[in-house]
Amino acid sequence: MKNEPDLVIVGGGNAALCAAITAAHAGVRVLILEGAPKDYRGGNSRHTRNFRCMHDGPLSVLTGSYGEDEYYDDLLRVTKGNTDETLARLAIRGSQDSQPWMEAHGVRFQPSLSGTLSLSRTNAFFLGGGKALVNAYYRTAERLGAQVLYDAPVTHLELTQDKITRVDYTYQGENLTLSPKAVVVASGGFQANIERLVAAWGPEAENFLIRGTPYNRGDVLFDLLDQGVQSIGDPTQCHAVAIDGRAPKFDGGIVTRLDCVPFSVVVNKHAKRFYNEGEDVWPKRYAIWGRLVAAQDDQVAYSIIDRKSKDLFMPSVFPPITADNIGELATKLGLDVSTLERTVADFNAACQPGEFHPTELDGVTTDALNPPKTNWARPIEDGPFYAYELRPGVTFTYLGFKVDETAQVQGPNGAIRNLWAAGETMAGSILGQGYLAGFGMTIGTVFGRIAGREAADYVR
Amino acid sequence: MSADTIQEARRQIEICNACRYCEGYCAVFPAITRQKAFADGDITQLANLCHNCRGCYYACQYTEPHEFALNLPKVLAEVRQDSWQDFAWPPQFGKVFHKSGVAITMLIVLCFSLFFGLSRLVMPANGDGFYATLSHSMMVAVFAPAFLLPLVSIAISLRRYWQFVGGGRLTVAAVKSAFANVGRMKNLSGGHGEGCNFEDEDRFTKLRKIGHQLTMWGFLLCFMATSSGTILHYGFDIKAPYSLISAPKLFGVTGGIMLTFGTIKLAWLKTKADRKLGDGRVWGGEMAFVLLLCAVAVTGLLLYAVTGTVLVPMLLAVHLGTVLTLFLLMPFSKMAHGFYRLAALLQDERKVNNDSR
Ligand SMILES: Cc1cc2nc3c(=O)[nH]c(=O)nc-3n(C[C@H](O)[C@H](O)[C@H](O)COP(=O)(O)OP(=O)(O)OC[C@H]3O[C@@H](n4cnc5c(N)ncnc54)[C@H](O)[C@@H]3O)c2cc1C
Ligand code: SF4
Ligand code: SF4
Repeated sequence: MKNEPDLVIVGGGNAALCAAITAAHAGVRVLILEGAPKDYRGGNSRHTRNFRCMHDGPLSVLTGSYGEDEYYDDLLRVTKGNTDETLARLAIRGSQDSQPWMEAHGVRFQPSLSGTLSLSRTNAFFLGGGKALVNAYYRTAERLGAQVLYDAPVTHLELTQDKITRVDYTYQGENLTLSPKAVVVASGGFQANIERLVAAWGPEAENFLIRGTPYNRGDVLFDLLDQGVQSIGDPTQCHAVAIDGRAPKFDGGIVTRLDCVPFSVVVNKHAKRFYNEGEDVWPKRYAIWGRLVAAQDDQVAYSIIDRKSKDLFMPSVFPPITADNIGELATKLGLDVSTLERTVADFNAACQPGEFHPTELDGVTTDALNPPKTNWARPIEDGPFYAYELRPGVTFTYLGFKVDETAQVQGPNGAIRNLWAAGETMAGSILGQGYLAGFGMTIGTVFGRIAGREAADYVR
Repeated sequence: MSADTIQEARRQIEICNACRYCEGYCAVFPAITRQKAFADGDITQLANLCHNCRGCYYACQYTEPHEFALNLPKVLAEVRQDSWQDFAWPPQFGKVFHKSGVAITMLIVLCFSLFFGLSRLVMPANGDGFYATLSHSMMVAVFAPAFLLPLVSIAISLRRYWQFVGGGRLTVAAVKSAFANVGRMKNLSGGHGEGCNFEDEDRFTKLRKIGHQLTMWGFLLCFMATSSGTILHYGFDIKAPYSLISAPKLFGVTGGIMLTFGTIKLAWLKTKADRKLGDGRVWGGEMAFVLLLCAVAVTGLLLYAVTGTVLVPMLLAVHLGTVLTLFLLMPFSKMAHGFYRLAALLQDERKVNNDSR
């Protein structure tokens, strides 16, 4: 390398780029080591569409206001209190001035996408989505003088007492090392590392689909934890949602989501129902279905609707499996015909009359059915019938580095003087469980900027 | 139309409809989200609505090597091209001209010879200026049909397009906003007013939009120059050559300069842009068309510059040759895109209005 960098950034997603831009702005020589090839740069950030942004009044494309306390309450609700209030409030407050910062560095916003009106007050959508954001940031970072290497995974960070003294990485088949003054780790979680998932979760994890990048394998995370760096977040947990079972193993992204569950009956491979499909409006229940499906045999389930419900949800990327009657559908799905017929018949018989409202809790329920369906319980009786296969799709893992308010990583004996972390790799401190739509990008942006600033201060 | 191409476009459009991240870039995506199923006519309409700004390629997380292999700008360009070819009238012409820049060039040569021949053979008895080289009635005899026939051809094609995409009656409001879209080239603005992606991967620039605007308005000004000349000639019996402070000259010179710069810009950008994001089959034909427009403008300006010299006969022949070629090729060359785009925008406005009612 002709210019030995002052600061090495591990990773090339949103958090890495925010850190890189901030440090490069401050005049620091920055090198980004992105493990993925250029076509796949940007990690999970390339799959995102919005970030959750506090605002005291209308801001850019955001309507109304969304104050710190309301935001924090929303976070408390999804995490069930499993958060660090100081860091959480830092992220929340930081989101407000991050919005103009993002715009100044090339990100463009648009009003919420069709079908996502419920988020128009709280979430600012990226024009063109996360890949457009990532593209803009790479341009900005390079314009500011940051260097980027693609296909350059970091394999080891050498921790000597309270400092990182060496960065090992591979590039074009060669093993190389660097000794920069400071390092920012922003290389995401470990959800693409199936062996680790299996070790943490159990053999079921073999059948999980990974919604995002195959490059977030947690290599640097485990490398540092093995050297005694402090962790936070439950190592056995991951955020999983139910997605289309035909999605690719990795990188299926947003289009594999299925929004049909509330209007359907969901059965397992034994053609039996196992949970109340109508518990709450879908966005709120979206996340629990990943676990529910993961708990079924072979980690698979089938969501079945009839003609009445076909157009009530966003179109999905794969066409449904279609049949004229339930028996034929069972055959096509490889389910036991008579069991499925009985499950659907029992459900239909239990459906109570009421006024159906697809967008609100309508109280149209079943009677004396176990498990019940407490909303949108309409008989499945008008052919043709449609089925979607469901599998757990992992979004991210919770295990990460413990950091302080300056994003500094905590080693075995206190802060590591030249190491900072940002994004998913430290998000476990704030999101101990659950998920709040758009908060991943908020954490990455706010702590990426903090890490970049702190690292730049240290280097100079 | 190629069923495979349409099917491939449908496959990609259905992925977009599940994603919608590109909704803010152009009119294509809002049109997609208004539907769940896409007939061949719908796909053709979407293809003609697309301006190949490429924003949705560079922003897409599903481009190759991803197995979803999205490349919407390319597949829509192919559907669009096929549609122009299929709706062209007479049909055989469509096939010949669409694909080959070479054919276009050959035709120009043919026209040149014709003109050289004509101007030698038919020496006018009493003419001034240009008409000393070629009599006015001779010009009219050649150009009136060369202008009118292509217009008839285009009208027939557009009618077929309109039927295929399910077009119906237009309202004044729809017409107004479609024309406003064209005037501002809204669909080349990237949704944020910073232009489109073209010559430098994912960088947004206004270069293409500016090049296109110079070309379009330059062309229209030249067209107005000819029209005003015709009006002066027939309406007021004022004959060419016109002085600098006259409608034909003012329009002509301004338009000619705009057209020259616009087309040079567009041709240069075209050499920089990634060919894999357009219809590769017609790259040559499109380039030839841009250069032809450029030749029209340059020879027109030169002709004015050499007024009164011995160069006039030759330049006039070349200029009229290029103009004649441009007109004759109108229904079959890239020139047709202007008409189809307008039709697509009109149809889109109709649908938007119908939906909001
Ligand atoms: C389908 C999907 C949709 C989502 N939508 C949203 C949304 O709309 N809003 C939201 O806020 N969040 C969303 N999320 C969550 C969001 O993607 C993450 O919270 C966020 O992208 C994390 O950013 P990051 O920079 O920490 O990690 P990433 O963007 O994943 O970046 C990690 C980077 O590190 C690189 N890397 C990994 N290992 C190494 C190594 N050893 N050496 C070098 N580089 C390495 C990777 O290649 C990658 O570039 C979504 C997630 C998914 C899967
Ligand atoms: S082009 Fe790609 S990112 Fe854009 S809407 Fe289609 S699938 Fe989504
Ligand atoms: S290339 Fe541009 S105009 Fe065409 S569909 Fe994509 S974003 Fe729209």
